[in-house]
Amino acid sequence: MATSVQNIIEKYNKDKTRLMDILIDVQSERGYIPKATITQIANALDISHVDVEQTMSFYHFFSDKPTGKFAVYLNDSAVANMMGRQKVKETFENETGIKFGEVTPDGLIGLFDTACIGMNDQEPAALINGQVFTNLTPFRVKEIVRDIKAGRPLDDMFTAAYGDGENRNELIKSVVVNNIRKKGPILSEDYTPGIVIWKKLPQMSPEQVIEEIKKSNIRGRGGAGFPTGLKWEFCRKAKGEKKYIFCNADEGEPGTFKDRVILTERPKLLFEGMVIAGYAVGAQEGIVYVRHEYKYLQKYLENLLQGARDRNLLGKDIGGIKGFDFDIRIQFGAGAYVCGEESALIESAEGKRGEPRDRPPFPVEKGYLDMPTVVNNVETLCAAVKVLLNGGEWYRNFGTKDSTGTKLLSVSGDCKYPGVYEVEWGFTVNDILEMVGADEKQVQAVQVGGPSGSIISSAEFKRTVCFADLATGGSLIIIGQQRDILTDIVLNFTEFFIEESCGSCSTCRNITYLMKNKLEKILDARGVKKDIDDLVAWGKILKVSRCGLGQTAGNPILTSIKNFRHLYEEKIQKDKDFDSAFDMASAVKESCIAAGRIPTLN
Amino acid sequence: MSTLVKFKIDGVECMAETGTYIVEAARENGIYIPTLCNIRGVKPRGSCRICTVLVNGRPMTSCTTPITDGMEIENNIPEINDIRKAIVEVLFVEGNHFCPSCEKSGNCELQALGYRFKMMVPRFPYNFPVREIDASNPKIIKDHNRCILCKRCIRTIKTDEGKTVFAFKKRGLHLEINVDPEMGDKFTDDMAVNAAEICPVGAILLREKGYQIPIGKRKYDHVAIGSDVEKIKI
Amino acid sequence: MSKPIVATTSLAGCFGCHMSVLDIDERILDLIELVEFHKSPIDDIKKFTKMCDIGLIEGGCCNSENIHVLKDFRKNCKILVSVGECAIMGGLPALRNGIPIQECLDEAYLNGPSVGRNKKHIMPNDDELPMILDRVYPCHEIVKIDYYLPGCPPSAELIWNALVALVTGDELKLPYEVVKFD
Ligand SMILES: Cc1cc2nc3c(=O)[nH]c(=O)nc-3n(C[C@H](O)[C@H](O)[C@H](O)COP(=O)(O)O)c2cc1C
Ligand code: SF4
Ligand code: SF4
Ligand code: SF4
Ligand code: SF4
Ligand code: FES
Ligand code: FES
Repeated sequence: MATSVQNIIEKYNKDKTRLMDILIDVQSERGYIPKATITQIANALDISHVDVEQTMSFYHFFSDKPTGKFAVYLNDSAVANMMGRQKVKETFENETGIKFGEVTPDGLIGLFDTACIGMNDQEPAALINGQVFTNLTPFRVKEIVRDIKAGRPLDDMFTAAYGDGENRNELIKSVVVNNIRKKGPILSEDYTPGIVIWKKLPQMSPEQVIEEIKKSNIRGRGGAGFPTGLKWEFCRKAKGEKKYIFCNADEGEPGTFKDRVILTERPKLLFEGMVIAGYAVGAQEGIVYVRHEYKYLQKYLENLLQGARDRNLLGKDIGGIKGFDFDIRIQFGAGAYVCGEESALIESAEGKRGEPRDRPPFPVEKGYLDMPTVVNNVETLCAAVKVLLNGGEWYRNFGTKDSTGTKLLSVSGDCKYPGVYEVEWGFTVNDILEMVGADEKQVQAVQVGGPSGSIISSAEFKRTVCFADLATGGSLIIIGQQRDILTDIVLNFTEFFIEESCGSCSTCRNITYLMKNKLEKILDARGVKKDIDDLVAWGKILKVSRCGLGQTAGNPILTSIKNFRHLYEEKIQKDKDFDSAFDMASAVKESCIAAGRIPTLN
Repeated sequence: MSTLVKFKIDGVECMAETGTYIVEAARENGIYIPTLCNIRGVKPRGSCRICTVLVNGRPMTSCTTPITDGMEIENNIPEINDIRKAIVEVLFVEGNHFCPSCEKSGNCELQALGYRFKMMVPRFPYNFPVREIDASNPKIIKDHNRCILCKRCIRTIKTDEGKTVFAFKKRGLHLEINVDPEMGDKFTDDMAVNAAEICPVGAILLREKGYQIPIGKRKYDHVAIGSDVEKIKI
Repeated sequence: MSKPIVATTSLAGCFGCHMSVLDIDERILDLIELVEFHKSPIDDIKKFTKMCDIGLIEGGCCNSENIHVLKDFRKNCKILVSVGECAIMGGLPALRNGIPIQECLDEAYLNGPSVGRNKKHIMPNDDELPMILDRVYPCHEIVKIDYYLPGCPPSAELIWNALVALVTGDELKLPYEVVKFD
């Protein structure tokens, strides 16, 4: 056993910046990372024990205790709950005889909650030893547990057919479905991999590439909407011995899953986009940072990279351009939403805890290993290929003036056709509702842009999806009339941010949690008007947090107070202006049991 | 070669060398911006957020943001001061701060900021977390009850070979400081003294020392934190 | 015009805060000129018989009786002031807040070094006794508190300034040296 850890460490050249990979390999091989192994790794990498523990204890999918021969991670996102997660969870517990957070005494099965796994269009879903199980029902859970107990290997357990498209690929073989509902330039089949590298790049200088991207007016698709051409230009001009291109495929915002579909169906487009970016900024290496939840795509993606190397689309003198060397590697995460933040992503890829950096300096000046680095979303890089192929002018024909091109939307929740829609910017929410088969009268609210975005009511369905109005990384969750917004959505999202905070900022670490307690007080019918005022005031404190996670962590509560204030007002006590929520009966319960007396209340 | 640039803090014209962090630039101009996690001369890591100012209208931490020509900074304004006070308050309720019995009382930066902002009671409910006092190290006592997770110990205390002694463990609400068990043995007396001094609160204590300065003679008994800076007038 | 009426009590406190009230030295004479004391350990009045203007609370709430007294004060005082760290944040009694109550009671009555004479291992459980709360509560986490005077104890200066301000309606003066948490 010990030798195998040694092999893993050597596979990564005893390089401490590859600590993530080392831990991922140990975790997947053994199901946990014991203390002795931590020491072994620390010694081999010549770092302190606490350095290894610092990284390890940060990520959700690393464990210092055994997680079971079959580790079940059941998604706990709001949409999973809307689609019947509770029954699925209970069935898992009944069939295994343990609670979530525990492992069966024989060490066979472990049950764990996990944040959104990027399958919102096919919930309830779970990861079992990295394989995705979708559309779970109590019946299906019984089958799975029975199969596990019978000793069947995971791959044999899929009774349903594999999903569509490349999900059936020999190297994926997954039941995941793409649910592509509408195609545009990015999802279109009309694409010859390598065409830009062979036909365009040799005729263009890096500056011309950047010029073309600028001309397209394309802005980042990861949420922040920074102009891509400008980002590349900054990085090109920055001084550094080496430069790096990062593709952000962390896709952790609950309700987003379009990058998963691109990684499955258009990975070559993505890789080509990275090569183009590498050419434009003068980078030699590209890293795709993929969330751990998509590890089932690893073999498939790595095989494609090898194919690209074989065809000179990666490697040396790419596309016949003398001196243009570029290669791509895949870096997996290990369960941390904050690692989608670009500087946390870089820290993580360096083998550290995913704690966002202070900015400035921005990654384009000082990024991966302190070298100039471009971080772009999957979709941004894909769009760049089409821009170069057809010209920036052509790209501007799509969308609106300030939001050019198309956007992939991830639609889930209470609608007939959840899935991925590639639409031009500029649709109204109403248009989208119609498109996805959601009856406007049945819709109570739409969560735009995931938990960090806003929850809007029908009064705002006329608004337009674009940077100037409703900006979004693409997640739209449709919430039907039957849902309890405060409990099903707002509380769940707030808990998500508490769970995912890196904890560095005094504000983000504490305020979100204090706000959740207040929300629960209101839900318990102990709230007064001041509690609503406090929530609004406390939400402002979060805005001074270091990164977008903390800055938006109050949004589920703040935007629901703004747009659904009546839901709060219905729950508060109108005849009181103070309620401490103190409860004598529960406060004395423990001591009366200890002393063996019956509480005398009143 | 130095390049002086002009900037404004609360409307007051100031000058400093370009690239100086805002807190330092302010200090040079006799203006105090409260800090907790910052250590002069050490690479900053904006984690306490108390030094937040508005730069051209946007919140930025002044310990991590370099000054640039023509910056308009808002510092001593009600909106920002209230957020700072809230941060002090949240740090008090997050841990277990029993000032009356604390070795650091009177010399503690968190407490001193409580005084400066006239904190009479935190606006947040007390958390009373269950936390450990780690006395396994032969030289220091690590009281997690009072740790404000400012990272000052992580960033400054290293072994002679440059190895990590203090590190973070876990994340979010569960975040804590982890003292390396092996490095602990290599802890020199100097390191211990430095660690206890670098900690702004009473979370790192020297063994068998404490309460050495009588009440009335302690750092913040009579003068407010930051008043030394504010005395500098140009 | 009649003098403002002041009531005081000590909940889970050590009486140190009350001592600090007396620490205002000769100004105590001015104080008696200024206000009338009603229910308070200072004059040993045990029950509220009239509405008071100001209630000074020392100590937090560690048992059911503290809660009753505090609520009684809230009912009978127009303004309630938390005096001292115990009232504001539980103070030293709240050091027990992280320890399970069973453990506390076992230590106090069964296992501790000073329980040798409790040969029958009796855990007090008479109905007349106050019930212990799961933790020590700051007063404002039970009832609405209007003002806070930090310190352990708060300086006589702070208490004096606060009483004068409350009685005269002037703004409370808080020079740097009066606000301390120890
Ligand atoms: C908490 C947090 C999570 C994020 N997650 C992602 C993500 O999963 N994918 C992504 O592309 N961008 C994410 N971002 C935005 C990135 O920081 C960054 O802006 C983006 O990757 C830049 O690429 P773009 O310019 O192509 O949009 C996140 C930001 C924050 C603050
Ligand atoms: S805002 Fe939250 S997630 Fe972001 S750096 Fe601060 S603590 Fe970490
Ligand atoms: S560390 Fe500072 S704030 Fe905390 S108890 Fe000690 S003196 Fe008070
Ligand atoms: S121990 Fe002290 S220096 Fe270290 S993080 Fe905690 S408060 Fe900061
Ligand atoms: S605050 Fe201090 S002086 Fe006042 S009751 Fe509590 S322990 Fe005694
Ligand atoms: S002092 Fe600047 S963030 Fe702490
Ligand atoms: S009542 Fe006086 S010490 Fe307990």
